[in-house]
Amino acid sequence: MEKILEIKNLAVSFKTFFGEVEAVRNISFDVGKKETVAVVGESGCGKSVTANSVMQLLPMPPAFFKTGEIIFKGEDLLKKSENEMQKIRGNHIGMIFQDPMTSLNPTMKVGSQIVEGLVKHQKVSREEAKKKAIEMLKLVSVPQPEKRIDQYPHEFSGGMRQRVMIALAMISNPDLLIADEPTTALDVTVQAQILDLMKELQDKLDMSIILITHDLGVVADMSDRVVVMYAGQIVEQGLTEEIFDNTSHPYTKKLLASVPRLDMKRDETLVSIEGTPPDLYIPPKGCAFYDRCDFAMKVCKDNMPEFTHHSQTHASRCWLSHPMAKGVKGSEK
Amino acid sequence: MSKYLLKRLVLSVVTVWAVITITFALMHSIPGDPFKSESKMPPQVYQNLLSQYGLDKPVTEQYVIYLGNLLQGDLGASMKSRVETVNDMVERGFPVSAQLGAQALLIAIVFGPALGSLAALYQNKFPDYLSMIIAIIGISVPSFIMGTVLIQFVARNVGFFPIGGWGTWQHSLLPSFALALMPLATMARLMRSSMLEVLGQDYIKTAKSKGIKKSAVILKHAVRNAILPVISILGTTISNLLVGSFVIEKIFGIPGLGRFFVQSISNRDYTLIMGTTIFYAIILIIMLFIVDVAYMFIDPRIKLVKEGR
Repeated sequence: MEKILEIKNLAVSFKTFFGEVEAVRNISFDVGKKETVAVVGESGCGKSVTANSVMQLLPMPPAFFKTGEIIFKGEDLLKKSENEMQKIRGNHIGMIFQDPMTSLNPTMKVGSQIVEGLVKHQKVSREEAKKKAIEMLKLVSVPQPEKRIDQYPHEFSGGMRQRVMIALAMISNPDLLIADEPTTALDVTVQAQILDLMKELQDKLDMSIILITHDLGVVADMSDRVVVMYAGQIVEQGLTEEIFDNTSHPYTKKLLASVPRLDMKRDETLVSIEGTPPDLYIPPKGCAFYDRCDFAMKVCKDNMPEFTHHSQTHASRCWLSHPMAKGVKGSEK
Repeated sequence: MSKYLLKRLVLSVVTVWAVITITFALMHSIPGDPFKSESKMPPQVYQNLLSQYGLDKPVTEQYVIYLGNLLQGDLGASMKSRVETVNDMVERGFPVSAQLGAQALLIAIVFGPALGSLAALYQNKFPDYLSMIIAIIGISVPSFIMGTVLIQFVARNVGFFPIGGWGTWQHSLLPSFALALMPLATMARLMRSSMLEVLGQDYIKTAKSKGIKKSAVILKHAVRNAILPVISILGTTISNLLVGSFVIEKIFGIPGLGRFFVQSISNRDYTLIMGTTIFYAIILIIMLFIVDVAYMFIDPRIKLVKEGR
């Protein structure tokens, strides 16, 4: 498959008063054309930092890139100047954010916000821009688009605002859409609508999606491939079926186990992963999941596991998958 | 909208009436009267003066008479200046104070928010420190010190600026600047903090993700949202500047309205106290109204009139 985005060995850190926080530690993954890749993990695992690195929207300083390349359509984005990045943002790569209530400018008409990027990138006239805004709102199923473009964000509901955000991100027909938890702030019924809309538009416009989420239900529904992140690293990645049916990493297993099920008994308690992720000021030498893992072994504490490939597409970073650990149950802590 | 305007007008009239009544009561509760202090006045003359100005009547009757005159636009005769009425004084002093105030306001509005924005954009860097030093000086140095310093070090050394007085436009430069510094500093500090808050908002990130220029992100998205708190202090600031500053006018020898505020009270010049107070109240009410309307235009979420939706 043709690759549209390749992240190679990316490491991002933040300089703070107390020292350096290694938010993303040497991750590599790619996104194919028309593919949806989900990046999953709990809060603080580096998934949003990864997304913002692609767009280069991180505040620099304190953030800085330590190593790595972000190759988009054959060119390294990290080598581009701010001016060159402006031509890519909103034009070739669009982005949707988590909270539609705060991600639109309250003092600007919705229509102008949608077309602002288009006007800059494609130098269209006002008339055309207005027509395009109406067309986009129609595309994302906002009723009465002619009237709605002259309204302000506070006149829209949360779901409608997220539709506006999608219209805004997609107006220049980007090759890649980065959706940073697009449904987290919405209620469940609206979530499904927004996801369906994204899928529908992906088919229509032939674009790739990076979906950042911590909701595994969303992952199963949307993505072709999954990247599981923990403490700034990728711990497992593979096709969605492989991740769900052939789970390898203990962290992914626990994540899956903690999804509430409809057939749960009433008095059954929800499963949670005990403990907290390690402090990224001093990232652990060994496996980052060591402290919380049920299967941790002596080797895990001080030795960083490398990726073991289970198939061409499926790999996980765990000593248990290592050929020499065959038959070992783990848990010698 | 017209219904709102009417409601606002009625409320304004009530406010002015309350100001009049309270000032009137307070004024008459201060011991002494306009003519007590003048020495060696024969009792008969004193009595004549009192009855001349109607001060021998009961206070309530004086109040009614004053309100009656006021309704006809007559602020009365000054009790100290025997040639001018209060109306004359306001008409003569206000244009001078208003010009001075308007110039000061212009300086403050242009440089205050700009300085604040600059400070926020370069937070904890040199421009930030410089702006905030200027702001701290502006807030902490009283205008009488600033005025004196300007005369001593600028006017005396640069022949271009007159030491004092009023007439040509050069006369107005130094006092405008001295008067502007305080509101400028306040606005800069307000703008800095609200700009910092706005720059951290999600919609700024959205704007950046569209690939528009940094200047467009700041001007179109950040400043317009950050300016709201500055607008809200404008009402009081403008009225304070327009009706004149006692200190600045005194130092630079400017024949404005400001000095009447202070002089009228120490002189117990009853009609002048009432006149200046009412005038200030009216200006303030008008400015606050204008600010409310401006608010509505800048932030569409604010509605002055409830729409039936």
